[in-house]
Amino acid sequence: MRNILKLTLAFVLVMAFSMALAAEIINGAGATFPYPLYSKWFYSYEKVTGIKINYQSIGSGGGIQQVKAGTVDFGASDAPLPKEELEKYGLIQFPTVAGAVAIVYNLPGIPTGLKLTSALIADIYLGKITKWNDMRIKELNLNINIPPLPIIVVHRSDGSGTTNIFTWFLSDVSIEWKTKAGSGTSVKWPAGIGGKGNEGVAGLVRQTRGAIGYVELAYAIQTKMTFVLLRNRDGNYVYPTIETTQAAAANADVLPEFYVKFTYSKGKDSYPIAGFTYLILRKKMDRNKFIVRFIEWAYKNGDRDAKELHYVPLPESLKTKVLAELKKM
Amino acid sequence: MNKDTLFKWLTALLAFIILLLGIGILVKLLISSRLSFDVFGFKFIFSREWDPVQRLFGALPFIWGTFVSATLALIIALPISIGIAIFLSELAPIWMRQPVSFIIELLAAIPSVIYGLWGLFVLAPVMQQWVEPLLGKYLGFLPFFKGYPLGVGMLTGGIIIAIMIIPTISSISREVLSAVPQHQKEAALSIGMTRWEAIWRVMLPYGRSGIAGAIILGYGRALGETMAITMVIGNTPSISVSLFDPAYTIASVIANEFTEATDELYISSLIELGLILFFITFTLNVIARFMLWRMKRFEEVR
Repeated sequence: MRNILKLTLAFVLVMAFSMALAAEIINGAGATFPYPLYSKWFYSYEKVTGIKINYQSIGSGGGIQQVKAGTVDFGASDAPLPKEELEKYGLIQFPTVAGAVAIVYNLPGIPTGLKLTSALIADIYLGKITKWNDMRIKELNLNINIPPLPIIVVHRSDGSGTTNIFTWFLSDVSIEWKTKAGSGTSVKWPAGIGGKGNEGVAGLVRQTRGAIGYVELAYAIQTKMTFVLLRNRDGNYVYPTIETTQAAAANADVLPEFYVKFTYSKGKDSYPIAGFTYLILRKKMDRNKFIVRFIEWAYKNGDRDAKELHYVPLPESLKTKVLAELKKM
Repeated sequence: MNKDTLFKWLTALLAFIILLLGIGILVKLLISSRLSFDVFGFKFIFSREWDPVQRLFGALPFIWGTFVSATLALIIALPISIGIAIFLSELAPIWMRQPVSFIIELLAAIPSVIYGLWGLFVLAPVMQQWVEPLLGKYLGFLPFFKGYPLGVGMLTGGIIIAIMIIPTISSISREVLSAVPQHQKEAALSIGMTRWEAIWRVMLPYGRSGIAGAIILGYGRALGETMAITMVIGNTPSISVSLFDPAYTIASVIANEFTEATDELYISSLIELGLILFFITFTLNVIARFMLWRMKRFEEVR
């Protein structure tokens, strides 16, 4: 009998203790694109502070729904929510880190560095340019012998933040794209075939001669793909790198609700296809203070991890703005 | 209450749970697809439009892709599976039968994403460089083999699913053929039938309801297959007679787009696609059962 009592007491104590601890566990869900970085950040943060942050990378759509429903403390989305939606559900959003999208291709014997303009990318994805030896491509690459292959357009078939950034860019540079297809995590593609995930697009591009596709920069670098040297808005040719993406981000117009878009932005070094990924919180939640503390920590100490994984840290000016906004809560 | 009654009620309860699950799924699908049905009505089924940006949704290319890919898979898989089943139950040396059946059943346990990645990285290049150019060259006069050999598309999708349903159909058919009574076989052989005749005229007819069951199971799996076919079908909602062209299935579009769908009408339309798939599988099962029942009755009358 005494044993049972002891056991019960121990059980109650353990329960009480773990509930006290549970207050320090933050739950989040959403975007898959920043997941590698977030998990690294959360791991380091737990080691420093003892506060545990759980994150399920179930996709932006799921993250937004869960934060609206209040089943998680924060949601994560690759595309920012429009102002009306934020107000309707009492949410706030802010960027954490940026990423770039690389245009990759497969032309036998032609290494990284094929030059293309933004308008050409749009026409290729509209299905208007169908041969690699098109005059408009040839005249940009006079020293390269481009084979007369048909262009096989490859896009993401799964809804993704990468597609959102890429179609933002296409809508910026082509009115025809904007009216025909528009932008979003999934769109009605005028041409081409769909591969699932970065690995699907990369796989199709790699094994199809004449293919062109778009993948996250980190993925393109890690898997050593050949990518396009892209002409930006100012007329300079730029590779997607941390520096060129940061240059573009520095020129972004930041709206009060942090709906930031910096595809095809000005600046001589700006890479035109890039965007932020966001965290979404419900306003006036007590537990938000844990997340704000984490963001302070991540903005201050997280840049090195981000660069290592080929993500692009926010410009300092934007960090200051976000923190000022978060402090108001 | 004695143990028998208790057992009876317990099993009844378990069976009831399955029934409840089925009804629950149907009800949930109906409720969640209500918005899409209100907006598009029956036009949803016949529309070819799928534009998440303009919020216009139609199911026809997906229904087409689901049917054609599953049927193509069945056409490829059926003769191979029956052949395997006959070989293993009748013709193979005894020492071979157990290990080979075991390996076939192992194939059924490979996760479908593995089949998909294998399809994308191994099968698709082979299709692109060898199979499709050859088909185009010699059978290109047929409308099924026209167009640029992409390596991914309906044909590759059908082949991947065929590979995945072969274990299901062949292992059940093998069991069915092994269950044909010895005296039936002996009787057939004793009246001077050849091996071939005994198999075709006695064994296969004897086991045909079981084999039909295997086919239904395989076709059901083919209709619902998701990950493997998503990797190799090209994910393009278009309706084309050529098997080289990329296509899209209901299960694939749900897997691709559900996670990032935020708009309510968009989500509801994806769920309505799920409802359509539910109806297709349900109807097919009912038709298949009905055919089996007719077949049995016909035999009894005869």
